[in-house]
Amino acid sequence: MNIPFPDLRPVTPEIIMTLSATALLILELIFKNKGVLAFIGILAAAAVMYIMPASMGETFGGMFISDSYSIFFKFIFIINLILTILISLRYIQRQKAEYGEYYSLLLFATAGMMLMASAKDLIILYLGLELMALSTYILAGIKRHDVKSNEAAIKYFLLGGFSSALLLYGISLLYGMTTTTDIYKIAEHLKATGVTTTLLLSMILIAVAFLFKIAAAPFHMWAPDVYEGAPTSITAFMSVGPKAAGFAVIGRVFYTAFQNIQTDWTTILIGIAILTMAVGNILAIVQTNIKRMLAYSSIAHAGYILLGIIAGTTEGLNAMMTYLFIYAFMNIGAFAIVIILDRGEELSDYEGLAKNRPLVAALMLVFMFSLTGIPPTAGFIAKFNLFTAVIKAGYTWLVIIAVMFSAISAYYYLRVVMNMYMKEMKQEAAIHLSPSLSLAILITVLMVLIIGIMPSMVIG
Amino acid sequence: MLSKLFFGYFAVIMVALSLLVITRRNPVHSVLWMLVLFFHIAGLYLFLNAEFLAAVQVILYAGAILVLFLFVIMMLNIKVEITAERFIGEWPIGVALGLSILMLIYFTTSKLIQGPAGQFSIEAIKAETHTKALGKVLYTEYLFPFEIASLILLIAIVGAIVLAKKRG
Amino acid sequence: MNPQIDKMTPGSYIPTDYLPVLIFMMIAVAFGAGTLLVGSLFRLRRPYKEKLTPYESGNPPVGEPRYRFSIKFYIIAMLFVIFDVEAVFLYPWAVVYNKIGLYALIEMMLFIVILLVGYAYAWKKEAFKWD
Repeated sequence: MNIPFPDLRPVTPEIIMTLSATALLILELIFKNKGVLAFIGILAAAAVMYIMPASMGETFGGMFISDSYSIFFKFIFIINLILTILISLRYIQRQKAEYGEYYSLLLFATAGMMLMASAKDLIILYLGLELMALSTYILAGIKRHDVKSNEAAIKYFLLGGFSSALLLYGISLLYGMTTTTDIYKIAEHLKATGVTTTLLLSMILIAVAFLFKIAAAPFHMWAPDVYEGAPTSITAFMSVGPKAAGFAVIGRVFYTAFQNIQTDWTTILIGIAILTMAVGNILAIVQTNIKRMLAYSSIAHAGYILLGIIAGTTEGLNAMMTYLFIYAFMNIGAFAIVIILDRGEELSDYEGLAKNRPLVAALMLVFMFSLTGIPPTAGFIAKFNLFTAVIKAGYTWLVIIAVMFSAISAYYYLRVVMNMYMKEMKQEAAIHLSPSLSLAILITVLMVLIIGIMPSMVIG
Repeated sequence: MLSKLFFGYFAVIMVALSLLVITRRNPVHSVLWMLVLFFHIAGLYLFLNAEFLAAVQVILYAGAILVLFLFVIMMLNIKVEITAERFIGEWPIGVALGLSILMLIYFTTSKLIQGPAGQFSIEAIKAETHTKALGKVLYTEYLFPFEIASLILLIAIVGAIVLAKKRG
Repeated sequence: MNPQIDKMTPGSYIPTDYLPVLIFMMIAVAFGAGTLLVGSLFRLRRPYKEKLTPYESGNPPVGEPRYRFSIKFYIIAMLFVIFDVEAVFLYPWAVVYNKIGLYALIEMMLFIVILLVGYAYAWKKEAFKWD
């Protein structure tokens, strides 16, 4: 048999990513100083980012595609990776979880996300998802002697396992109908056969699996517990990476494979989006732990971002991607502030922070404003851009609901600001500053402000 | 007719065995019922003309994974397991939910229109033998998923050691 | 409808080649159940306390027969499962190797090298050490 050697150019970013992850695993056995590993991880991420634009193309018999859509998402994943490594460096030492595998697993998880964004075949999609998910389960439980961390890992693993099973069932139904796993061939075939109830069931099953990954209500139950129990740096990682990967998949699979039932899935997603915004924003109000609050906030943001998919236009998709890009910076920034404080997990820890640590408080203020969507921060641009796209697509009423929930969200975001600026200080807040953490905060705050002032940087 | 009978036997027995697995109080009994279940699944694979899968089912599930299950169960305190109250008390709700999902799946999948047949008919596979047919596809067309699978296995090794190994 | 598909619907194919296996399993089950049955029919039943205690080479049994296993068993079993999966992948590869050739060699080497990293890692982490 004569088989043409596959074109490896489109997969080079993934290859470099996995090779570095594997190399880190070996270097972990050699180096006592884990900081070196973090540095190598960042170098690898930078290298991947550098070569990514040149990786356009399809390969492996059309199973894998690298196009501008996937490359944009990969940028988000790599930014997420770099920022997470920067904020983890000292933090995992403090948490007594400084294992070299930590960085290796972060790289593997990112490789999984990259595969998901580039998958043109449902098998690659599933394997990418598992690669990402398995790494994140382990990372969530990496504080081995902390009961909450264990609980987070187990909960995430069990529910993630269920969602994978549902995904596989959906895929198998789809395969039964079309006898192919190629997304584009599925679309072609389904156009010819028309809508059946089996198709709807398989669409719903696949939707559930990815709505679980993006933590949309009513599949969000795991998020608060997992976000609270996992190490804060991993919470930051999970709230951006897997979410963006889930959206990347929903964007590609639903727009291509399920094109002929677009009205059906739009109807379902509208319901889910409204429920998600309601659950996220309303339950965030009653939280006293900031990690739980940010978990509900990330649920709420998933609701907003879903609107971009519902819009059903290229503009909507672009707005969704921009939103995720900006969300990565503001969300990781907020978590970085939680990490910088010695005791920063409870909302009451922030009382009077402005008098004690004015700079830290000011930075938190920027991130909270951005998450609320107050100008001149990037969060405003993200929301504005998204909502305009959705209005143009004809869903004005949906945007009105979203804006209402945004207004509710101001209550809990600004409560943090209130705590910092208006309340009396209870005790001195100790901070743990390190060069890498400062760099991460500098990058995030600069991006949040620059995009807020000059939106033309990311829009268009 | 005979073949339908066989399929019916496997289907019914598998459901019954699954129920036994989840209802036994003693987890070791559950695992042993699961062993019988795995053999029946392998049998079902045979009837679906998936010989290699049946062999894998026996080697991997009945062999390796079952041992893993047993070890994990022996790490737990079985006496407590046996006497403890069940995890979920609201079983009527569970049964109702399960039945409604079953109905849903039945009514939707009964309308399934199968896609076009692929190149691997029963005769083609018979002529080529199962393992060869599988290997040819797996190592040419599906080479990329195959390599990703190795990464997933690697993660599993790392995970087991990171989470369970005592550190000096 | 394509006739080929009708053949593939569940319950339309009988793996006749496996009839001996079925017969063998039935004999195995019958033999196990049969000996127990015959034994219970013919044996004498005179139980007393000492006879019912577990046999511990003549010593009186101490403590519970079931105790908590060490987590080391879990790691060993897990590694066994993983390398078992690897072996399963090797099997069809070996069967088609002469058809595909060098191409197959390269991809399997890659697969094995990746798992070899895992093996080296597990070894260095002393996962194979018992104490």
